[in-house]
Amino acid sequence: MAGTGTMEVGSRYDLRAGRSPDAPETEGFEGTEQVHGWVHSYETGSTVDGPGVRLMLFMSGCFLRCQYCHNPDTWKMKDGTKIELSHAIRRLGDFAPALRAMGGGLTISGGEPLVQVGFTRGLFAAAKEMGLHTALDTSGFLGHRADDDYLKNVDLVLLDIKSGDPDTYRRVTGVELRPTLRFAERLSAMGKPVWVRFVLVPGLTDNPANIGKVAEFVAPMKNVEWVEVLPFHQMGEFKWKALGLDYKLVDTPTPTAEQVHAALEIFRAAGCRAR
Amino acid sequence: MLDVDAATPSSILAHAPGWIDRDNEVIVGLQTDRPFRRAIFPAGGLRMVEAGLQAAGFAADPAVHQAFTRYRKTHNEGVFDAYTPEILRCRKSGIITGLPDAYGRGRIIGDYRRVALYGTDRLLAAKRQERAQADDMWPSEEVIRTREELAEQMRALADLAEMGKRYGCDITRPAGSAQEAVQWTYLAYLGAIKEANGAAMSIGRISAFLDIYIERDLREGTLDESGAQELIDQLVQKLRIVRFLRTPDYDSLFSGDPYWATECVGGMDLDGRTLVTRTSYRMLHTLTNLGPAPEPNITVLWSKSLPEPFKRYCIRISFETSSLQYENDDLMRPYWGDDYGIACCVSAMRLGKQMQFFGARANLAKALLYAINGGRDEVSGEQVAPATAPVTGDVLDHDEVSAKFDAAMEWLARTYVHAMDCIHYMHDKYFYERLEMALHDRDILRTMAFGIAGLSVVADSLSAIKYAKVHVIRDDTGLAVDYRIEGDFPKYGNADSRVDEIAADIVSRYMQKIRKHPTYRGAVHTQSVLTITSNVVYGKATGNTPDGRRKGEPFAPGANPMHGRDGHGWLASCISLARLPYADAQDGISYTVSVAPSLARRDAEASIGNAVKAFDMYFGQGGFHMNLNVLSKETLEDAMEHPEKYPQLTIRVSGYAVNFVRLTREQQLDVIRRTFHSSY
Repeated sequence: MAGTGTMEVGSRYDLRAGRSPDAPETEGFEGTEQVHGWVHSYETGSTVDGPGVRLMLFMSGCFLRCQYCHNPDTWKMKDGTKIELSHAIRRLGDFAPALRAMGGGLTISGGEPLVQVGFTRGLFAAAKEMGLHTALDTSGFLGHRADDDYLKNVDLVLLDIKSGDPDTYRRVTGVELRPTLRFAERLSAMGKPVWVRFVLVPGLTDNPANIGKVAEFVAPMKNVEWVEVLPFHQMGEFKWKALGLDYKLVDTPTPTAEQVHAALEIFRAAGCRAR
Repeated sequence: MLDVDAATPSSILAHAPGWIDRDNEVIVGLQTDRPFRRAIFPAGGLRMVEAGLQAAGFAADPAVHQAFTRYRKTHNEGVFDAYTPEILRCRKSGIITGLPDAYGRGRIIGDYRRVALYGTDRLLAAKRQERAQADDMWPSEEVIRTREELAEQMRALADLAEMGKRYGCDITRPAGSAQEAVQWTYLAYLGAIKEANGAAMSIGRISAFLDIYIERDLREGTLDESGAQELIDQLVQKLRIVRFLRTPDYDSLFSGDPYWATECVGGMDLDGRTLVTRTSYRMLHTLTNLGPAPEPNITVLWSKSLPEPFKRYCIRISFETSSLQYENDDLMRPYWGDDYGIACCVSAMRLGKQMQFFGARANLAKALLYAINGGRDEVSGEQVAPATAPVTGDVLDHDEVSAKFDAAMEWLARTYVHAMDCIHYMHDKYFYERLEMALHDRDILRTMAFGIAGLSVVADSLSAIKYAKVHVIRDDTGLAVDYRIEGDFPKYGNADSRVDEIAADIVSRYMQKIRKHPTYRGAVHTQSVLTITSNVVYGKATGNTPDGRRKGEPFAPGANPMHGRDGHGWLASCISLARLPYADAQDGISYTVSVAPSLARRDAEASIGNAVKAFDMYFGQGGFHMNLNVLSKETLEDAMEHPEKYPQLTIRVSGYAVNFVRLTREQQLDVIRRTFHSSY
């Protein structure tokens, strides 16, 4: 499926969007020195992934296999569209005046942006040059790859702490919790603004002890501006089916308002500013 | 359709006065002697009247038939006397559609405020003075026409005064109170819709004007707030029950009985003061008091400098009713000053000082297919445009197609201007809007408003030809009937300058071609990128296109990106739209956007704040128009199945609001297929 087409990526609502079925099966960048990245899709108009209105770039490639992932089509890096960094920067420039006018900026999500650390580093740097606010949406598992130089061009980290209990974390994501906590501590030490995110999945992550551990860990961190409780939804189900993956949460309900409230109360009780 | 008076051709005085509930009406006046009783306008075209009557199950009147076949020629007949065979072919093939050659052209806004401000006696005196000046001029054709028109205008003003008298109103003198100001203004408008059945009959920009009278009465204690709101509510009630007799063909173009009683609120004046008044709020508040409805077509003139609370209030009303449209006052004010109104959907004109010759639109997607097929129609195979060499290669070559498309646009522009000149000559001659023009100055600026449909189809097609590989599939007569695209290409609506520049170039280039040809009465050429609901009909008449759109599939409405191709969110689409040049589309560029309500309502205050920022950004970048719908696909699907549950469900389509349940099924499906943005 590798191919450059017009180096334009699609919408995240289509599987492999932007890939015409007729696209030629050719590799585009052999022998060039250009930095390139594999991108799943991009989207404009989000108002919840950072301040103001955001341009959301979804990178492909992720090491985690979260049971509730709503973008499983971003797991494999080379399922994305391969684009040059210079092209991505040019496209970002198309949006920059409008984003600035709305006090918004660029949020890189995924997938996991830190899988392709060279590409995202370059794009964040370019965004800062354009005067945009920048946000990194990450699980933190690869946080060690984001060195201080990388984080210099990141104004806000949206850090997913998917569980506080290491065993639950492993069950949810397939990887260890420790690297994420270490990254959080580092961000805290450097005073980098962070919004911690916690996805509330009934029967999977909603054990009060599991939530409580995240809350206690985060509460002392002055750099954490918000803890956001995101209710699980079934909008990703169709992607699991289309990709022939085994989706374990078919019967998992969306949490009720009361359940969300209860989770928020745990965070607040610990002293977090939660929403 | 409830009722029609088939025996009485409409005019200011043709029908006896009528009431809904006489004792409780503070604002009076009906189109005919009963509510919802439609009138006929045979001077526009008898066949249309009779087709409309027949479709609704009413009998035509023999005396009317005789009068308009034996004694009186109609506008419709006049136009067809002047049309050329080529124009007839273009009409039939659908490359030019919706021409006002059989009904009132509309898009003329009388300055109805003048009746309240001056009274008809003073207006008559001014017209007599204008006439006296014309009497001193040598009687060239122009001067004779002017004299006759002024005589007709004066007769209309006298008739209007008489009509007022029958409703118990002495409108020969200026309005003396807020109630009289609303009543006088409405009577003037009522006279206009008794005289003309134009597709669009805008009321202008009356709320800021009426506010002056209301403020004075409030101050003097002769009116209280509920009384003030009642005046506006009742005015709006009257505007909501206006109905014209239309034919099924017309309905397929413009569904749901629209007549574009467009009223503008907001905007700034040239001194930098806002024109938002309490009556702007009262006008918007009718949507809350009376529920959502398509008419009047309330248009917010957006400026960055509008008071913040007003911006927020407008957005709130949009979220609740999906009934408002927004247009860029900061963009229009330098062109049209600070007292313009919007005719129809997006056409700005100085009130009382400017009118337009309305002219529907040409199908540029079809023109592109004619370019490929040497002037043959891709559906019928007939030679519609002059024969030229068709494209013969198996893969479309960008330079070759571009050159041929340029020539096809050249031909189309010439034919189109030609048709419009015929239409408006005859309209002035046989169906002159004497009352609306009586509420204008004698010497006015005339524009001739051309239009294009299929912009996004053409832009994407040319992009596909340039950036991907487009194979041609021909039938056994050699006609290109289908295309196969290999590879991907940039699509209009995603802020991708490679294709946005193609779209902007088409707008400018076609405008230049239109400008080459002389217009009737020296009108200034303008054009719009606006389809209203006719994008469905245009699509139906157009074969497969090189962008992958299938034969018969609707075009995107107005200047919208094609359905489903604007996958990168509303911001990306807004940027693309804002790149279209208003200087070459001075009759307006229409954009309709739909946003899912769940997100808009999750945190209403924050959403409103974000929407205000988004509007400031879009209009700040040069965007011209925005129809904002806040509704979900599911609601619309449910409304299709259970229309009885949604009598007032109102949505914005390209340029107007409509009761969703009154659209044709095809148009409903078209609306549902459009992109719904999931965040705002």
